[in-house]
Amino acid sequence: MGKLRSYAEINEKISKGQAVVVTAEEIIAMVAEHGPEETAKRVDVVTTGTFGPMCSSGAFFNLGHPKPRMKMSKVWLNRVNAYAGLAAVDVFLGATEIPDTDPANQNFPGAFNYGGAHVIEDLVAGKEVRLEAESYGTDCYPRQKLETTIRLSDINEAYLFNPRNCYQNYNVAVNLSDRTLYTYMGILKPNLCNANYSSAGQLSPLMNDPDYRTIGIGTRLFLGGGVGYVAWYGTQHSPCGPRDERGVPRTPAGTLALIGDLKQMQAKWLRGVSYLGYGVTLQVGVGIPIPILDVETLIGTAVRDEDIVAPVVDYSEDYPQATGRTLGEVTYAELKSGKITVLDREVRTAPLSSYPKAREIAETLKMWIQKGQFTLTEPVARIPASDSGVRLKSLAVK
Amino acid sequence: MKRKLVLRFPAAVVEYPFIYTLAKEYNIVANILKADINPRKEGRMVVELSADEKSYQRGVDFLQSRGVIVLPLEQQIVWVEDRCTQCGACTVICPSGALWMQRPEMTVAFDGEKCVVCEHCLKACPARAVEARYLSGV
Ligand code: SF4
Ligand code: SF4
Repeated sequence: MGKLRSYAEINEKISKGQAVVVTAEEIIAMVAEHGPEETAKRVDVVTTGTFGPMCSSGAFFNLGHPKPRMKMSKVWLNRVNAYAGLAAVDVFLGATEIPDTDPANQNFPGAFNYGGAHVIEDLVAGKEVRLEAESYGTDCYPRQKLETTIRLSDINEAYLFNPRNCYQNYNVAVNLSDRTLYTYMGILKPNLCNANYSSAGQLSPLMNDPDYRTIGIGTRLFLGGGVGYVAWYGTQHSPCGPRDERGVPRTPAGTLALIGDLKQMQAKWLRGVSYLGYGVTLQVGVGIPIPILDVETLIGTAVRDEDIVAPVVDYSEDYPQATGRTLGEVTYAELKSGKITVLDREVRTAPLSSYPKAREIAETLKMWIQKGQFTLTEPVARIPASDSGVRLKSLAVK
Repeated sequence: MKRKLVLRFPAAVVEYPFIYTLAKEYNIVANILKADINPRKEGRMVVELSADEKSYQRGVDFLQSRGVIVLPLEQQIVWVEDRCTQCGACTVICPSGALWMQRPEMTVAFDGEKCVVCEHCLKACPARAVEARYLSGV
């Protein structure tokens, strides 16, 4: 298939304010009206977006040295433990970490009101956070205890580093048992009462570049309201599972590891959230631009909710026991209608990932590009694609 | 007339037979929609009172004279739109359709008049975007 334009040509148009940018939602109607060849000639960039709970998220901080200096070996931010097994004042705060004093699920279902994700949101919102640290003390780093307050602006480096974001497709969670389940997919009421899903479908970044032809290591993107990059492929990246005739995965597939400067981000797009009986997670906003290099990339971005299927999985038995059984497939168009049919029963659906916010992200990124504030990057390396043979392993307990 | 109310009972009076008194002395039918009453602790109840206007007013005066806080049901559950991430989780949990999803826009909206103050959404909302006024003081 013929090449239509290069990254350099697209960026040149962006810098002149002449790039034609549309969202992954708008492109659908354009392709329906003008066909893929014609649309591909007209459009330079398609923007995508997603805003959903992404547990594998967190942030690195360099807290700066107090006087006297300190090799912080145990660190808490608002009583939430941050991992300090790094250089003296470097820490990593994970989104799902909860305070040692949180009763967790002892009083089932636990509320999980505050955790690492909330600390990240508070810092980004400019709030003061309580810092406590302990150390065994060394000749070079004598201080053993510290208690103070910090703000994001006081910290040297602060960057979000999310090992797994942007899941390409995901399960639809249901509950076949007769008791309520409290899961990372939300509350699942007994006897197939509701079905929860979590993907922006046709707006979701990796659904629009199904075999990662343009999204790769180094891709610049919208992350938490600021600018970020693809650092690597994400944990559990699994590109070789079943795909439909267009190459779109039918089950959870690709993932991305993302990185970006926390100081540029906005609390609106990084929200600490509490899943009853499950825990704390970070709701992350991500938007990725897709350059229309050729007709094939354009066809990828024209994917519609009615074309994408997701597996329905029982979270009372099949998911926790990893049986591999699914209860069938449904399309995102069906999921978005509010009702799906599972085992001949009508089941109400809820998204968990916000479609209107995903749209807002795709619109924001479009505006940045139109204004010439955001240019595209060519990946420095590709991430493993559907021909890579990369497969997800489960853990053998010996 | 019928009216839905949230009643808050201070610990000191929580064991008094209010519902019986409302029926016997004031001719008010109290339909209990939700109750959280424990000995010697502040209690609360969501009730629907049916009576004629005059008896209703006398009954409410009686409750208030005994220290019961009487709140109209509407506006007791507050949806903080700014905090809502539009995730939709509450829309399959809310039994009354008060929290619902507008389709095809997929935006979440709150219709306070439909709310039955079941409180399911308070903890089901991951972003804690729904609050109960009566729990955070009057
Ligand atoms: S209190 Fe109950 S009825 Fe009211 S909005 Fe919440 S879930 Fe719905
Ligand atoms: S669960 Fe909370 S955050 Fe999600 S849509 Fe409902 S009110 Fe909004």
